[in-house]
Amino acid sequence: MLLSIDDLSSYYGQIQALKGISLAVEQGEIVALVGANGAGKTTLLNSISGLMQPREGCITFDGHDITHKSPVDVVKLGISHVPEHRQLFGTMTVQDNLLLGAYHRRRQASRKQLEDDIAAICAIFPILAERKNQLAGTLSGGEQQMLAIGRGMMAKPRLMLLDEPSLGLAPLIVKSLFEVIATLREDGTTIVLVEQNARAALRLADRAYVLETGKVVLEGAADDLLQDERVQATYLGGH
Amino acid sequence: MQKLLQSQTARRIAQIALVTVLVGLTIYFAAQKNYRPVQYVQLALDGLRGGTIYALVALGFVTVFNVTGIINFAQGAFAMLGAMIAVSVNIALADLPGVPRLLLAGLAAVLITTLVGVIMERVTIFPARDAEPLTLIIITVGVFIVLQGIALLIWGTDSYSLDSFTTFETSDHIIRLGGEAEGAIPLIIRSQSFWIWGTAAVLMAGLWFFFERTMIGRALKACSDNRQAAALMGISPERMSMLSFALAAAVGAIGGFVLAPATRPIYDMGLSLGLKGFIAAIIGGLVNPAAAVVGGLMLGVIENLGAGITRAGFKDVIAFLILILMLLFRPQGLFTRQQRVEKV
Repeated sequence: MLLSIDDLSSYYGQIQALKGISLAVEQGEIVALVGANGAGKTTLLNSISGLMQPREGCITFDGHDITHKSPVDVVKLGISHVPEHRQLFGTMTVQDNLLLGAYHRRRQASRKQLEDDIAAICAIFPILAERKNQLAGTLSGGEQQMLAIGRGMMAKPRLMLLDEPSLGLAPLIVKSLFEVIATLREDGTTIVLVEQNARAALRLADRAYVLETGKVVLEGAADDLLQDERVQATYLGGH
Repeated sequence: MQKLLQSQTARRIAQIALVTVLVGLTIYFAAQKNYRPVQYVQLALDGLRGGTIYALVALGFVTVFNVTGIINFAQGAFAMLGAMIAVSVNIALADLPGVPRLLLAGLAAVLITTLVGVIMERVTIFPARDAEPLTLIIITVGVFIVLQGIALLIWGTDSYSLDSFTTFETSDHIIRLGGEAEGAIPLIIRSQSFWIWGTAAVLMAGLWFFFERTMIGRALKACSDNRQAAALMGISPERMSMLSFALAAAVGAIGGFVLAPATRPIYDMGLSLGLKGFIAAIIGGLVNPAAAVVGGLMLGVIENLGAGITRAGFKDVIAFLILILMLLFRPQGLFTRQQRVEKV
C-alpha cells in the first residue's frame, strides 16, 4: 500500500468538506476520483499534500504518517501535487518553472542532472522546449497544463496528484495529456487523478472512487464503474 | 457610468492643473536663482548620490514586500545600523592601516545588521505570521523605534564621521571638473560618490545574478509570485521570509556603510533614509526592483534640484509632496501601466 487514507475529515472553518473518507492507492496504480463540483475532490488532494490540515483521520504514505505534515515535507517524501488551475509561476520563464519543480532535490541533483531532466520533459512536451524562455503566464491553457505537469514531474515523485488536468482544454489536447499520464504510470509513477470528465478518467484509471458531498459513495475497478448504472446516469450523461 | 466618467474627467483636469502649477513654480523659482547650467548639473549629481542610497533602501522594501507582503518600516534602521556599526569598528581599529580597517568595519556592519534583520524576523514577524498585513506593518514600525532607541543608548545623540574610502581620513578627496577659465564654476565631485555609485552597481548586478541565476534566488521569486505553489515545490515560506529580511538588512547596511563617509552618521538618520527609500519604492510600484532603483535615483535628483532652486529645508517637503501625489494619482507606480490585478 503506497497511500492509505483512513476516516479523514477536513473543514473550511465550520463547514465540513470531507466526512470520513477512506481510500487506498497501490504502487503503480492510476486511481481516479470522480464526482460533481463541491464533492470534496480538491479538498482531499489538498489534505494529502498538506495545503490543508485535516481535523480528524489519518493519512499514511509509504509507512510515514503525513496527516499533519506541511507541503514542504510532503514533497520531500515523494508526493507531487499538480494543483487545480495549474498555479504556475506566471512571471517566471518556462525553464525557471521547471527548475523550481526540482527545488526539493537541489542538494542531491547536479546541474547536469537537472538539465537532463528538463530535456526529458521537453521530449514529452516538445512545445515546452520551444517556449523555454517565455514567461509561463503567456502560455496557452494547454501549454500551461503541460508545464504544470512537467514541473510536477521535475520533483521525481513516487505519487503524483493531478487536479483537473483537462479543465478548459480542447478535446484533442486532453487526449494527448491523458496519453502522457498513461506513460508516466508505465515509468513507475503512481497517480491519483481528479477529474470532472468522468468518462475519460475512468477509461484511463485502474480503479476509481466516486465522491459525493465529502463521502465515498462508490468504489471499484474503473471498468466496472463505467458500466455501473448509477455512475452512467449521474456522471456519464446517460449514454 | 456617467458618474465614473465625470470623476475621471475631474481627475484628469486635476492632474493637468497640478502639473501646470508645478512646472510654473519650478520655472519661477529657477528664474529667480539665475543659475548657470553647470550648477544644475552639480545639483543633479549631488542628488544622484543621495538617490543611490534611497535606491538601495528601496530594494530592501521591495524584497521584503514581494516575499512577505509586509512593508518593513525598520528598513531605514538597517541603513543606520550599517553606518553606525562601521563608525564604531573604524574607531576601535584606529591602529590598523586604512584598507583592512575599513574592510573590517564594512564587514562587521553588514554581518551584524544582517543578524539583526534575521533576529527581527524570527522574534517579531514569525510569531505573528498569520496576522493581518497591517498588524505586521505596525510591528515593523515598533521594531524601528526599538532599534533607534538602542542606537541612542549605544551612540548617544552625537553625530560621527567615517573615514573616506579614498583617503582613509575624514576629509575626502575632491575632484574638480572645469572651472579653469575666468569666472567659470567647476563641477565638484567627492570621491566617495564614486564609491557609492560603484558599490550600488556591483550590488545590483549581484542581486540580479542571485534572483535570476541561483536556485535559492529563484525560490524567493517564486514565493512572491505564488506562495502556495512555492510551498508545493518544497519551498518553505517561513524560510524565505527570514531570507528576505536578511537580504534587506544586508543591502540596507551596505547602503548605510558607503553613505557614512559622505554624511555625518547619527542615531536617528534611519528615519529619513527609511521614508525616502519607501517613497522610492512607491514611485517604482513597490514590487519591481529595477523600477524601485529608478525611483530612488529620480527622487534624489528631483528633491535636490527642487531644494536647490528654493531652500535647502524644502528637501523633505518635496519628497513627501511626491509621495502624496504618487499615492493619489499613481498608486501602482510610475512605470506600471495597468492597475495591479489581485492574484486568485
